[in-house]
Amino acid sequence: MAYVAVKGGERAIDAAHDWLARVRRGAPTVPEIKTDQIAEQLGRAVDRVMAEGSCYDRDLGALAVKQAQGDLIEAAFLLRAYRTTLPRFASSLPVETSAMLIHRRISAIYKDLPGGQVLGPTYDYTHRLLDFALAAEADSGVAPAAPLPPAEPDQTPPAVTPRVLDMLHAEGLMGAEPQSDATPGDITREPMSFPAERDIRLQALARGDEGFLLALGYSTQRGYGNSHPFVGELRMGDVSVEIEPPELGFAIDIGRITLTECEMVNQFGGSKTEPPQFTRGYGLCFGHGERKAMGMALVDRAMRAEELGEDATAPAQDIEFVLYHSDNIEATGFVEHLKLPHYVDFQSELETIREIRRTSQNSTDAAGEPL
Amino acid sequence: MTLEKPGFIDPVAEAQACFRLVLRTMSSPGQIVTLANPVAAPPLTPATAAVLLTLVDAEVSLWLDEPLADSWDWLAFHAGVVRATDIGSAAFLCTTRLPPLAEVFAGTDAAPETGATIILQVPSLEGGKKLTLYGPGLETPIVIAPQGLPADFVAQWEQNHRIFPRGIDLLLCAGSSFCALPRSVRIGEG
Amino acid sequence: MNGYNFAYLDEPTKRMIRRAILKAVAIPGHQVPFGAREMPLPYGWGTGGIQVTAAILGADDVLKVIDQGADDTTNAVSIRRFFSRVAGVETTTRTRDASVIQTRHRIPETPLRDDQILVYQVPLPEPLAKLEPSRAETKQMHALADYGLMHVKLYEDIARFGHVTISYDYPVMVNDRYLMSPSPIPAFDTLKMNRMPALQLFGAGREKRIYAVPPYTTVRPLDFDDHPFALIRAPHACTLCGATNSYLDEVVTDDRGGRMFICSDTDYCADRRGDAASEGDAA
Repeated sequence: MAYVAVKGGERAIDAAHDWLARVRRGAPTVPEIKTDQIAEQLGRAVDRVMAEGSCYDRDLGALAVKQAQGDLIEAAFLLRAYRTTLPRFASSLPVETSAMLIHRRISAIYKDLPGGQVLGPTYDYTHRLLDFALAAEADSGVAPAAPLPPAEPDQTPPAVTPRVLDMLHAEGLMGAEPQSDATPGDITREPMSFPAERDIRLQALARGDEGFLLALGYSTQRGYGNSHPFVGELRMGDVSVEIEPPELGFAIDIGRITLTECEMVNQFGGSKTEPPQFTRGYGLCFGHGERKAMGMALVDRAMRAEELGEDATAPAQDIEFVLYHSDNIEATGFVEHLKLPHYVDFQSELETIREIRRTSQNSTDAAGEPL
Repeated sequence: MTLEKPGFIDPVAEAQACFRLVLRTMSSPGQIVTLANPVAAPPLTPATAAVLLTLVDAEVSLWLDEPLADSWDWLAFHAGVVRATDIGSAAFLCTTRLPPLAEVFAGTDAAPETGATIILQVPSLEGGKKLTLYGPGLETPIVIAPQGLPADFVAQWEQNHRIFPRGIDLLLCAGSSFCALPRSVRIGEG
Repeated sequence: MNGYNFAYLDEPTKRMIRRAILKAVAIPGHQVPFGAREMPLPYGWGTGGIQVTAAILGADDVLKVIDQGADDTTNAVSIRRFFSRVAGVETTTRTRDASVIQTRHRIPETPLRDDQILVYQVPLPEPLAKLEPSRAETKQMHALADYGLMHVKLYEDIARFGHVTISYDYPVMVNDRYLMSPSPIPAFDTLKMNRMPALQLFGAGREKRIYAVPPYTTVRPLDFDDHPFALIRAPHACTLCGATNSYLDEVVTDDRGGRMFICSDTDYCADRRGDAASEGDAA
């Protein structure tokens, strides 16, 4: 009965919070981690938290990671709950990823291309061997090799790096995306309704769970959804965010954010109205998140099945299924709420199953043979 | 002008208090409720002004009829309202004369909640033709007698109720008092 | 609480929720979509109910929060504390002293009055969800009042088991128009909803839906003439107060099959025992 301890709820919660705080701090003999250390040295964790928390603020992301003991979904939740209380001063203009200050940019479909292949800071070709030197360096307090200077805009303002898919488009081989100046929907204000258009779908995927998108994207490669993807282009770097205050009438730069963008090239067999051509799957997320952007691009393309007249039978092609289950804040809440007491409902289930068993026992007795 | 006519003095508390009155009369159709802190913003009556500040903002569209058009500046200043281009596209209508209900958006069967809300400013909630209300929210039928409704109101309302769950919801405001007629209510004469 | 608005939500968000509540009241039983916000408590832990409560609550309200019928279950304590902290409202454990009652999984045994509001936390607002997972499909069924799917499910239960096997979250028809989830209250509580004098509001945060049952509105459990709806209740009296008409929790007292049964509604039970201590540790 500790669960319902008739008067103990308040004290139990206080004690639990107190215990949690001590566990979070860990052994007091170990120096307390600082949020700037997290922001600088656990940057990919902060990136993921900002993406899924849909709030771009490295300091708050680092604080959330610290407060959540490195539980990244919990950290994203902290950031989301904070974000929702913030007043909305303005909406930014669309960011221009063509003008990205590139840190990394690769294409898998051309050996070389305008703008070049820029490998950048990637784990792709590292050997996954634990580097015991990292532990030793930290222990000895010796500073590791100085970090590379960020790719400074030391030359001229960032030149436009042409997009690989635009080249295919110029050749007439890439399906056109409809252009629109319409204000996109806003899933943070309006509940989703179905059929959901692509603006809504991409928004939901951009804050969706990395693991969920990874698994769904993977499933499209294994035959659940007819997909033949190529990484047309993957780029990561900094873009300017601009707003256009109505009283000014022109755009002003309010800062830079790091984004990862992935454009997948997919086959498309053509239809009655469309010749065979390539189609695009699009992925974009805050921070450095290649796995996330790629998974998103695969799932975005899969969800276009109906629009392109393909059979939509696989999980990744089911828009409602994907969008309702991609948000890990919603998912973790509802899964974990099973920890809350359910004894009232369980009591009803007990009585019902006892009654059904009595009924079936009686009819078995009457019929003389089992049901 | 906007400074001469303030909105709520304590926006958080007054909006909450006004909302609870709206909620009470929506839940108990026809029940007349009265504001404790009237908002003076003619040509809107205190009840109309408070209800608008409570429910309307930049996220919904509003239509005002001609006699109330002087209130646009006040509403823009205090609520940041969005003007509806015509009767049929407004989420909220605030008016001194009931427009034909058939011209107002009543929502769809799948999304009946998109049906409009009309805030009708009337001379008085008493002394008019007697109307008997039946339906959800009412333990027993009740009688109201607001003035300022069109002669064919009961017939129009019957049509409004017939298309349920689609429909229009109506708030009648006079002085500092108001009462609601949600679409779920049936209205009989006498 | 510093840095936050009264009752946590900002005013534009409250207005949006209030508009949704009013439409919900005007269309009893219809699920109104709303722009649910992230709350500082997790989805599934009552965020819909919390948002509804935050949108209606005023400084002069007296709030009661129950989970499983009890004021002292951890989640009830947590939500009550939240509102004490962000709204500074008075709280109570006494049903009759409350102006707003937020509940998870129960309706209080003490009959409610028309000056009270009951706010339900709802996990899955769509009563047809277990039969048809697509919300695009179920939306059409509600538009057409086409509830054949649910009738078939109940009929199959009866054919197979001799009973409807839904023991909680029993589907109800509201105002003879909408099929509605009463939230996971035990079937025992279902009939209390019918023509209840209090306004009943339902908030589903994760699913972003609000719905309502106005006072004195018909709420009818779905059933068949030859298999009328039956209350489910453990056939015992409360060990503490002797009540034979209340919903009971079964408490396992040992590992040899020992059981005792006590009222799930802790305020009702304490009240029957004349126990002034029912005003427990409400903050």
